[in-house]
Amino acid sequence: MLLIECPWCGPRAETEFSYGGEAGIFRPADPHALSDAEWADYLFYRSNPRGTHRELWNHAQGCRRWFGVERDTVSYRIKRTYCLSGASGGQPDGSAGGLEAGSGKRR
Amino acid sequence: MAAAQPNRLPRGGRIDRSRPLAFSFDGKALEGFAGDTLASALLAGGVSVLGRSFKLRRPRGIVGSGAEEPNAIMQIGEGATAQPNPPATQVPLHDGLTARSTRGWPGVRFDLGAVNGALGRMLGAGFYYKTFMWPRSWWKHYEHAIRKSAGFGRVPEGPDPDRYEHMNAHCDVLVAGGGPAGLMAALVAARSGARVILADEQNEFGGSLLASGARIDAAPASDWAAAAVVELRETQDCVLLPSSTVFGYHDHNFLTIAERCGPQGRGVRERLWRVRAKQVVLAQGSLERPLVFCNNDRPGVMLASAVSTYIQRYGVLPGRRAVVFTNNDSAYQAAINLAVAGAEVAAIVDSRAGGGGELAAGAQSLGIPVLKGHVVSDVAGRRRVAGARIARWEGRSWGTVKSTTRIDCDLVAVSGGWSPAVHLHSQAGGQLAWDPSKLCFLPAKARQANVSAGAGNGKWRLGECLADGLRAGVEALSEAGLKTAAVRAPDASADAEEKMIEPLWRVPAAKDADRCPMQFIDLQNDTTVADIRLAAREGYRNVEHVKRYTALGFGTDQGKLGNINGMAVLADTLGKPIADVGTTTFRPAYTPVSFGVCAGESTGPLYDPVRTSAIHEWHEAAGAPMETVGQWHRPWYFPQDGEDIQAAVARECLAVRNSLGVMDASTLGKIDARGPDALEFLERIYTHDVARMKVGRCAYGMMLGEDGMVMDDGVMARTAERGFYLTTTTGGAAAVLEWMEKWLQTEWPELEVYLTSLTDHYSTIAVAGPNSRKLLEKLGCDTPLDRERFAFMAMKPAVLAGMRVALFRVSFSGELAFEINIDSRHALDMWRTLMEAGKEFCITPYGTETMHVLRAEKGFIIAGQDTDGSVTPVDLGMKWLLSKEKDFLGKRSLERPDCLRDDRKQWVGLLAGDGRTVLPEGTQLVGDSGEAAPMCGHVTSSYFSACLGHPIALALVAGGRRRRGETIYAALPGRKPLPAQIVPPVFYDPKGKRQHV
Amino acid sequence: MKHYSALGLLRNALGRNRRWTPAWRSAGPKKSYDAVIVGGGGHGLATAYYLARDHGLRNVAVLEKGWIGGGNTGRNTCIVRSNYLWTEASLLYEKSLKLWEGLSRDLNFNVMFSQRGVYNLGHSLQDLRDIERRVNANRLNGIDAEVVGPAKIKKAIPCINTSPGARYPILGASLQRRGGVARHDAVAWGFARAADALGVDIIEQCEVTGIEVRAGRALGVATTRGAISSERIGVAVAGNAGVLAKMAGLRLPVESHPLQAFVSEPVRPVLNTVVMSGAVHGYISQSDKGELVVGAGIDAYNGYGQRGSFPVIEQAMQAVIELFPAFSRVRMLRLWGGIVDICPDACPIVSKTPVEGLYFNCGWGTGGFKATPGAGWVFAHTLACDRPHELNAPFSLERFSSGALIDEHGAAAVAH
Repeated sequence: MLLIECPWCGPRAETEFSYGGEAGIFRPADPHALSDAEWADYLFYRSNPRGTHRELWNHAQGCRRWFGVERDTVSYRIKRTYCLSGASGGQPDGSAGGLEAGSGKRR
Repeated sequence: MAAAQPNRLPRGGRIDRSRPLAFSFDGKALEGFAGDTLASALLAGGVSVLGRSFKLRRPRGIVGSGAEEPNAIMQIGEGATAQPNPPATQVPLHDGLTARSTRGWPGVRFDLGAVNGALGRMLGAGFYYKTFMWPRSWWKHYEHAIRKSAGFGRVPEGPDPDRYEHMNAHCDVLVAGGGPAGLMAALVAARSGARVILADEQNEFGGSLLASGARIDAAPASDWAAAAVVELRETQDCVLLPSSTVFGYHDHNFLTIAERCGPQGRGVRERLWRVRAKQVVLAQGSLERPLVFCNNDRPGVMLASAVSTYIQRYGVLPGRRAVVFTNNDSAYQAAINLAVAGAEVAAIVDSRAGGGGELAAGAQSLGIPVLKGHVVSDVAGRRRVAGARIARWEGRSWGTVKSTTRIDCDLVAVSGGWSPAVHLHSQAGGQLAWDPSKLCFLPAKARQANVSAGAGNGKWRLGECLADGLRAGVEALSEAGLKTAAVRAPDASADAEEKMIEPLWRVPAAKDADRCPMQFIDLQNDTTVADIRLAAREGYRNVEHVKRYTALGFGTDQGKLGNINGMAVLADTLGKPIADVGTTTFRPAYTPVSFGVCAGESTGPLYDPVRTSAIHEWHEAAGAPMETVGQWHRPWYFPQDGEDIQAAVARECLAVRNSLGVMDASTLGKIDARGPDALEFLERIYTHDVARMKVGRCAYGMMLGEDGMVMDDGVMARTAERGFYLTTTTGGAAAVLEWMEKWLQTEWPELEVYLTSLTDHYSTIAVAGPNSRKLLEKLGCDTPLDRERFAFMAMKPAVLAGMRVALFRVSFSGELAFEINIDSRHALDMWRTLMEAGKEFCITPYGTETMHVLRAEKGFIIAGQDTDGSVTPVDLGMKWLLSKEKDFLGKRSLERPDCLRDDRKQWVGLLAGDGRTVLPEGTQLVGDSGEAAPMCGHVTSSYFSACLGHPIALALVAGGRRRRGETIYAALPGRKPLPAQIVPPVFYDPKGKRQHV
Repeated sequence: MKHYSALGLLRNALGRNRRWTPAWRSAGPKKSYDAVIVGGGGHGLATAYYLARDHGLRNVAVLEKGWIGGGNTGRNTCIVRSNYLWTEASLLYEKSLKLWEGLSRDLNFNVMFSQRGVYNLGHSLQDLRDIERRVNANRLNGIDAEVVGPAKIKKAIPCINTSPGARYPILGASLQRRGGVARHDAVAWGFARAADALGVDIIEQCEVTGIEVRAGRALGVATTRGAISSERIGVAVAGNAGVLAKMAGLRLPVESHPLQAFVSEPVRPVLNTVVMSGAVHGYISQSDKGELVVGAGIDAYNGYGQRGSFPVIEQAMQAVIELFPAFSRVRMLRLWGGIVDICPDACPIVSKTPVEGLYFNCGWGTGGFKATPGAGWVFAHTLACDRPHELNAPFSLERFSSGALIDEHGAAAVAH
């Protein structure tokens, strides 16, 4: 069972979280400008790397915040967790694993 | 009456002779003492045959004294509290214990299945794969016969009455194993103020010290252990877990421990400790290996260390006249223990030409003959060892022995060296390295935060074992970033000078290796040297292939006894070094753990606890059967005086259509969405034009996945300029909320919206039927309810019957209807008030079934029933719901070629041609009445409509909308296809007048 | 290849089993092959066998990075069935099931295919609707299927809990009598031996490290044992499909997840069929040795670790006890994990790719074992003819752009 450091709540057991798949999948600004193949790429194609994976987790049984995790898919080691900023949670906001509040004017 | 204990020594051992315990084995009354294991008590009672091997059904006796035991697999107890399969060596004796052998028919001593033994040659490795193929269809008959002999113990009868629980714990240092190294590591950690957990699989801490004559700090070793335990027990933040096996080492330094609570458990039989440790010290000791020679499976062939344990710890003498066979020094201690306990040691047979070290001298001084450079090549006797055949050791595994001499004996104590219990280290991903001088795999580089110590790290001798435990403890503390208290390693009585172990992986026999099949490697699975050679000959050369082809290591002991010998024999056969053959992967569990303890409390009513509404107790009192919907139990229908479901539903439907019905709709998901950007957010989530909604208005909303398929639906209301009240399906509530939050937080963080689940806070009561308005007016409502001032699809806060509510004029039945949303604390009160006031209108409570019929008559969908993840709103005929003005999630997907096909399955109504058959939901539809017609759709919903007087159905049919009026066929199992006509999916009040009154 | 027969067995036994020969040659790689199959699991070996047997392509190599059958072939719960919901899927699995039925004879190797029946339990009214729909569809597709009620279930499986008061009461089930289990290792060995006899080179300890692509054509592979050229390359590497795709500059709509399973200690026969439940997420059978074989759910996160999280095992235990309360005192002997590659629609990809001469067989998720012979059969056809067989045509990569997905999620939330 993974030990995941929620950027807001600290280290918690995996069972408190839900997984949200690969981070950095941007929803196209104008989906209708895309070809079917390009749209399929956004919808279904993921990098699925053997190694470092940037992914989204939600502290579902805690603060309900989504955040980013960099994890090795072979060793399962978590390199860092980070607050999200910018579209699609792809971009870390520079506060690596810190306890600073997330960005976005929402909170 | 005291049953005889012929093999009990007059004194000694850690048993309490003042507390005799009666038990039985295969119906025979026996006696042991408190502190015995079942194995030691059986040995004391002179029972030698306890099991039968799996394939050849050979008689088997006790080999070991712990987790490595492959033979003495028991059935303990009876009925619902029976325990299948524990080895007798791991069953603490208690008064009244009943044990049964698990193999052999009619009995373990005389087993008709032993005929297999004679067929041994036929039943070599991989035998099954080569036969039973003729005739082609007969495998099921062969299998039937094979299965009859499967398994050891029996599954208990009935549900488990015992309780199990889970305990979560965090610590700085977890020490697995409470022998000398583990105690030492725990001591230094505890004295340094660390949070420590020490677990040991035995009921007493001390490990090997409990059966040792050694001295530590000038006191008996067991006293030192006892003092250490007292100190640890008195140290704050130190948790001692005896009878607790660390069975799993998982990622992120998470370990699982199964604690067997015993009578102290206060009703808890076993407890699962889920431990997150900063550092782990692995000190589980080592496992002795047997030696491989002919008939090495006969009862009476035992591990030398087990012989010592039975004598020293349990005061049991396992034999009267023993031969000790070894390739290392440790077995000499067993010989000495035997001699001191009064047994005759006929010979120590040592394969090493130079014999042993200091211990050997000790044995010789007791007058024990030592045969250096010799081996035991065969054993005589069937149900008990009667003698050992001794031959010269030429240093070669293969070839044959020419001449042997026989020594009569009833016990052969063997030691083939020691293998550290590296299981947890390996489970944690750590590497192993073959040590060519110690002849064992040692833990090498660790992958997680763990360090190995003591015999488990190849430090066999007591002094170095204690020192290694201290080192490991200090290392763990420093890795955990903790200060270390100054602790010295205690003095162990000078360890005897030892001579090195020498390789002895297989003893040649009178015939060559392939002609003497009874040299066992894995006792439980009857894997022999010949099997491994056969596997290699047939090309199964990778150790994993050999294992799987011969079943080596697949027994309940998980190869603790035989795996290393098997790998060595394989290496020898292939002419490779052992290190190149490698070991197989260790996986949890180290020793077997019950399903119950892994499940913990979450069984029975606590297995995924049921959610119920605030009005549930009323429904139960009314005798409503429940329907499971998601996590909820909802009233299905409300039968009156012996009504069946059809009668009740017909009555409920007519009541709603003609007068007044009331339904508990509280389980619908409810989400409050508010904030400056709530509108913009919901525009992206929902398919319709949300901006057109005025404050106080409701709309039916639908959400699509990005793949364009219907995900969830429900009524939403605009409660303020920047506030919305959303409802979802009962099953979808949690998922929808999490999904919305994901979009909000990860994709559109610039939107300021706050989402709050209100599902539990508010209850919803639907009041439906032509008299619903009258009822509310009768109760007293501060808001006018007439058609003009409270229009269809309006929403208003109100005070109803003196209670604050939010009233929605929405309808899922097509009738004039109101939904009352009320604080859950007052919901039951409101329900009762409605029931009372509604009497004059014959108010009728209705359940989910009636709700389904009413909505089907109106052609309203149920997401999840009429849709299945492959249905778009266009397929449902709800294109009107899709905004042309804006983008929304899933919109682009609707433009993919497959979604634009006009022969997609479309949602239509269906009327059975005979006017009376209610087509079963799930019925497949075909285009014509022919036998092999391809399917063109299926029935999603189907009911008898009491109000229309005939059955109605809804279906997804390929190209269905343009086929209106066509006849297709329902393919009913075992019947002629039934014609059915495609009609529009609205059966009742198609203009929708009734809800607008 | 030495033919296995009763007489041969007896003769060999009298000869102390010394005359047996290797089941397959330990071949070294040649410079070039007519076809190269990457992945020596059941799917890859079956592909090679059918290429050689049905398409006359015998200059074929199977490249395996470890030992054959060491991936998901040796890590699954051995269930075989074909009662899928959608016609496309059920026909493909049914082809496989038909091949299973004659496989021991075809291969002259007993794969112990035991048609003891598979029950898929329903616990809610919606489950029952889905069961009815699936069973009806199966029947119309010529696949055996029936709906059974609680009483019949209880009769067939006396230790199951059919109490209406259970948290997940058993309201009914679908039963496919022709479904069952097979001996997983034997499938790899049997195909290897039979393929080898037809001239296929099975090359173990040979890891593919690159795929040579020039001008949109596959020309060969680089391996740890040297370069091998071939203009027909079939990839059947389950969880590692994405890694191989990357070597050819391709992406696949698959994600790899850990999937765990465990066995109990052997107990006397108590469960003579296969029981699956999507709602409680567990599936269970009993091996011929007596072990209860239990499949757990998929770990939610991506992973190549061949191990998962313990809470998933706890949940599977809870599910088993909910269905079989008496199993609470049975003990788990061993747990393990595999890597499953999952497509968004829970259906496989058996397809040509944008690279000419390069073919992928992947995305089987949790359903790969049962498909072994059928997948090999259609994949061999696809490689040999450079176009899919009609059975695997719907399982192309194009469906992800066109939207013609075959969504098995609805019917087989637990698609094992």
